[in-house]
Amino acid sequence: MATEKKPEHDELIHIGPEMAVAEADVHPDEAGAFVRGTSLWRDAWRRLLKNKLAVFGLVVVIVVTIASIIGPTVIEHTFGFTPDFIPASNPKLTRSMPPFKGPDNEFSWLHPMGTDNAGRDQFARVLQGGQISLFVGILSTLVSLLIGVSYGAIAGYIGGRIDNVMMRIVDVLYSLPYVIVVIVLLSMFRSQTPRGQLTLLFIALGSVSWLTMARIVRGQILSLKNQEFVLAARATGVSAPRIIFRHLVPNTLGPVIVYATLTIPQIMLTEAFLSFLGFGVQAPLASWGSLAADGITNIAVFPWQLIFPGATMALTLFSLNFLGDGLRDALDPQMRTV
Amino acid sequence: MLRFIVRRLLVTIPTILVVISITWVLIKLAPGNFYSGEKPLSPAVEKSIREKYGLDKPWYQQYGKTMWTIVRHLDFGTSLKYEGQSVNTIIKRSFPVSAAVGILAYLLALIVGITAGSIAALKQNSKWDYTSMALAMLGISVPNFVLGPILVLIFSLGLYWLPPARWEGFPSRNLILPVLTLSAIYMAYIARLTRAGMLEVLRSDYIRTARAKGLSERDVVLKHALRGGLMPVVSYTGPALAFLLTGTVVVERIFALPGLGNYFIQASLNRDEPLIIGIVAFIAITLLFMNLLVDIAYAYLDPRVRYQ
Repeated sequence: MATEKKPEHDELIHIGPEMAVAEADVHPDEAGAFVRGTSLWRDAWRRLLKNKLAVFGLVVVIVVTIASIIGPTVIEHTFGFTPDFIPASNPKLTRSMPPFKGPDNEFSWLHPMGTDNAGRDQFARVLQGGQISLFVGILSTLVSLLIGVSYGAIAGYIGGRIDNVMMRIVDVLYSLPYVIVVIVLLSMFRSQTPRGQLTLLFIALGSVSWLTMARIVRGQILSLKNQEFVLAARATGVSAPRIIFRHLVPNTLGPVIVYATLTIPQIMLTEAFLSFLGFGVQAPLASWGSLAADGITNIAVFPWQLIFPGATMALTLFSLNFLGDGLRDALDPQMRTV
Repeated sequence: MLRFIVRRLLVTIPTILVVISITWVLIKLAPGNFYSGEKPLSPAVEKSIREKYGLDKPWYQQYGKTMWTIVRHLDFGTSLKYEGQSVNTIIKRSFPVSAAVGILAYLLALIVGITAGSIAALKQNSKWDYTSMALAMLGISVPNFVLGPILVLIFSLGLYWLPPARWEGFPSRNLILPVLTLSAIYMAYIARLTRAGMLEVLRSDYIRTARAKGLSERDVVLKHALRGGLMPVVSYTGPALAFLLTGTVVVERIFALPGLGNYFIQASLNRDEPLIIGIVAFIAITLLFMNLLVDIAYAYLDPRVRYQ
């Protein structure tokens, strides 16, 4: 008998405790769909919009992302050069003119961030570098999310000795100089193709940055797993993996999103650091870190070659950090700490 | 307490061996060899090189020999690229450079960070609070490899106040810019942690008690609140040391300091296997022992913490 009713129970449990309260708000046309009403998410969104710095961060992040994605193509269509276009005719000195100056020293928007040593447009290169930096940041965060959430959820749900051992491993890994190990990994397995090196980079970054995520998720699961809806699920015979990933993990989304937003700038910073040292992205690909590394060689003569990629990166990280802080305040007002 | 220390040491030593083994495996699994360069070597030369470095033996013998010399004599062998120099000498020579920069940077970060964070917490939502927190966010967001060159640009190439690079012994003006560059991000983190910790403590009951019994605001803050409010900073010291080590890598690169980080990068680029293993092991040992010290300090500072 119990098995016959199982799907129904399942549906009920899916709604979760805080959603069930909101049932009164369901409009007739929304009935049957996922209940929204005055949900946690809508509340959080409203709180986020009140936070001016977080909104600033959100806007900058969106603008930088869109500019990085479409910018190089737009520049190519309007001015006719790609990020790696090296002009043949200009003598070297005029090619390295400061920003806002054309070849004849007249005012010009042609190279708003100047050009690099080879005469390539710095603006296009910064935008292209943004693609790589953001791509590595987001993809590595996803990798770390996948590992961290699964690891933390499994440890938290199973509990007991297995949990103990799993968290001990995390403790030990925490105390390791992982960036040093990543440098060894990247320098030893240096790939012949830039794309291969990029893949290596985000796997390496993702696989070392899941530790905090695992701890956060485990803590959440520990406090959730004794609640009634889990008991109900277990009583109706739902399997453990299903309980973990369908019932428990969705309820940890708030802290997970917050922490993921704060992980992106951290990973981008590490990526830039590795690329700066020459272990990360390889030419012809560029990231903000490798552009800054190129710029530093000419700092006395052409300082903007460092300043523009550096400032763009700092602005993006600044915005991501504010956005993450704002999200934390919005999603979990009790967590307002650091 | 003693039991806790012994137990931690028992975990620490295998951890260090695991780190060394991981590094060793990574190096051995990687394609190519330290001696393979642009031109292919003649088979006879290659054979003699392999014999000289024991590469002709099976992997478990190589592994066993490396680990045994490390465990038995704490000897990491001789560098392959810096000829005639043992790894131990290189570490002994370069570590003081990194340590000087790192410790000075962390001290500076502690002083500035705790001061700024406490002021921000005591005057919450004032302009002091907003200014220091915005600055702290800036400190977290500006990468040190951007900050360093910009400081050089201003203070060395612009104002001619400070030397732009090079190591000239311990107390020297050359240290000012590297230390400032390295400490910026820790200042920022410590200020944020102090502010959060202090805000929480200032609302707690024992502070109310302290105020109620008529202590001056100065005593309340300095003697009671700071001790509790600084606990997050103490526990941050462990991870901070790890990041300090990676931070010094960049700072030593920018300012051409002959520290551990610079040698490590060179060793990785040159594939100087004994030097890589030696530096990784040394960093792991330093880090794990510092973490242990931090945990012990934590127990002394916070009477609620009891280790078993």
